Amino acid sequence: MAIALSVCGAAWGIFTTGTSILGGGVKVPRIKTKNLISIILCEAVAIYGIIIAIVLGNLLEDFDFYNASWEVTAANYYGGYSMFGAGLTVGFSNLFCGIAVGIVGSGAALADAQNPTLFVKILIAEIFASAVGLFGVIVAIILVTKVKMGKSASI
Amino acid sequence: MDSLSFNINGGYLEGIVRGFKSGILKRTDYLNLVQCETLDDLKLHLQSTDYGNFLANEPSPLSVSVIDDKLREKLVSEFEYLRNHSVEPLSTFLDYIRYSYMIDNIVLLITGTLHQRHISELIPKCHPLGSFEQMEAIHVASTPAELYNAVLVDTPLAPYFIDCISEHDLDEMNIEIIRNTLYKAYLEDFHSFCKNIGGTTAEAMCEILAFEADRRAFIITINSFGTELSKDDRAKLYPRCGKLFPDGLSQLARADEYEQVRQVAENYGGYRTLFEGAGTNPGDKTLEDKFFEHEVKLNVNAFMQQFHFGVFYAYIKLKEQECRNIVWISECVAQRHRAKIDSYIPIF
Repeated sequence: MAIALSVCGAAWGIFTTGTSILGGGVKVPRIKTKNLISIILCEAVAIYGIIIAIVLGNLLEDFDFYNASWEVTAANYYGGYSMFGAGLTVGFSNLFCGIAVGIVGSGAALADAQNPTLFVKILIAEIFASAVGLFGVIVAIILVTKVKMGKSASI
Repeated sequence: MDSLSFNINGGYLEGIVRGFKSGILKRTDYLNLVQCETLDDLKLHLQSTDYGNFLANEPSPLSVSVIDDKLREKLVSEFEYLRNHSVEPLSTFLDYIRYSYMIDNIVLLITGTLHQRHISELIPKCHPLGSFEQMEAIHVASTPAELYNAVLVDTPLAPYFIDCISEHDLDEMNIEIIRNTLYKAYLEDFHSFCKNIGGTTAEAMCEILAFEADRRAFIITINSFGTELSKDDRAKLYPRCGKLFPDGLSQLARADEYEQVRQVAENYGGYRTLFEGAGTNPGDKTLEDKFFEHEVKLNVNAFMQQFHFGVFYAYIKLKEQECRNIVWISECVAQRHRAKIDSYIPIF
């Protein structure tokens, strides 16, 4: 879920910003390079998703359901739910973060076309939008540090 | 949630329209233009703006009608670009903008035909944005009823004819009444279309269209004083999509003179200020000028929001206003009558 939703968010953001940059760039070609920053911020959102997906993937371990003690089973269940929660957190927060960065980025492109001094100011707003995705990743990392799976797990 | 999906189909065109909008002449440009002594000077100044060399191939001496035609051509080419790149529902929206020009063209052609002018004289006078395929065929019909059956029923304006004019009426009615009835049907249709789109487009457009409806109601009322238009007929011409509906419109229908119209406007905050400054003294602006100013203000406001179709409509109207301004200034320059050269309406 993590990577699927994050990538959806990033893609959404990129198309929102991209079309505005294209349209604005017809009359005002100088905005092209500066506005690629917005696209890069959107891409970062997708990267967060893939980081979490790899971390979660590495935590998966085999365990013997029938011979395991009660504590090991409980620890593994806890780990499973925790990982699911982390994945959803990252997924949804990146989805909305990507959309938000896209909308702000499109506004930034059009404002930059009219008045170059505005670009940096709108970029600050975009950085806050990006921070939303970062929060999601931080919370997910906190959740997965407690996960212990496998035969020797215990709460 | 307009902003989420608007950019899929509309993002590129919105970027282009905003680019066009930044090319609209500013106050400093107008200040340069009013300083010109001849039309060639004007052409030189226009070269440094977004217009570039649009007058480059014209032989001098320039005339104001040539400038007017070229300005209009530029607007038409920009509009065609936007229209060709658009998809639904933006393409329907742009078509609606065209219908108002079509109504003007049809009325022009009908008048011309009734006065026995040849079709080839009339076609160049038509506004290019409002051209449609059956234009050439209009001279075939000799009465309005035939005209409707043969030609107009295929155009997109046919529903406006059906709603309000029967065949019998077409023969009897004065051409101006036909024009106003058509325009009323068009405006109400456009208004409900924008409402159906909903979201920010509805907000922005309905504001602009409501003002247009009210402005037409005022102008019809004021122009009908002293003519033989009966009050009932007048009431039938008022578009119902503005803020004046229903109370203001019924009061306007009963009005007999300018003062009463003013009283009606007093009740509506936005319109009271428009009537206050207007008058026919030499130093004042006329009521028409005030209406134009207010329209420009509403159109500029449409650009304050992103992700809606209002920017396209607003851009076309502002460009038209700019054409009117440039033509006014050129006339003043050409006739060397600089007294009222400052009566253009600055946009930005």
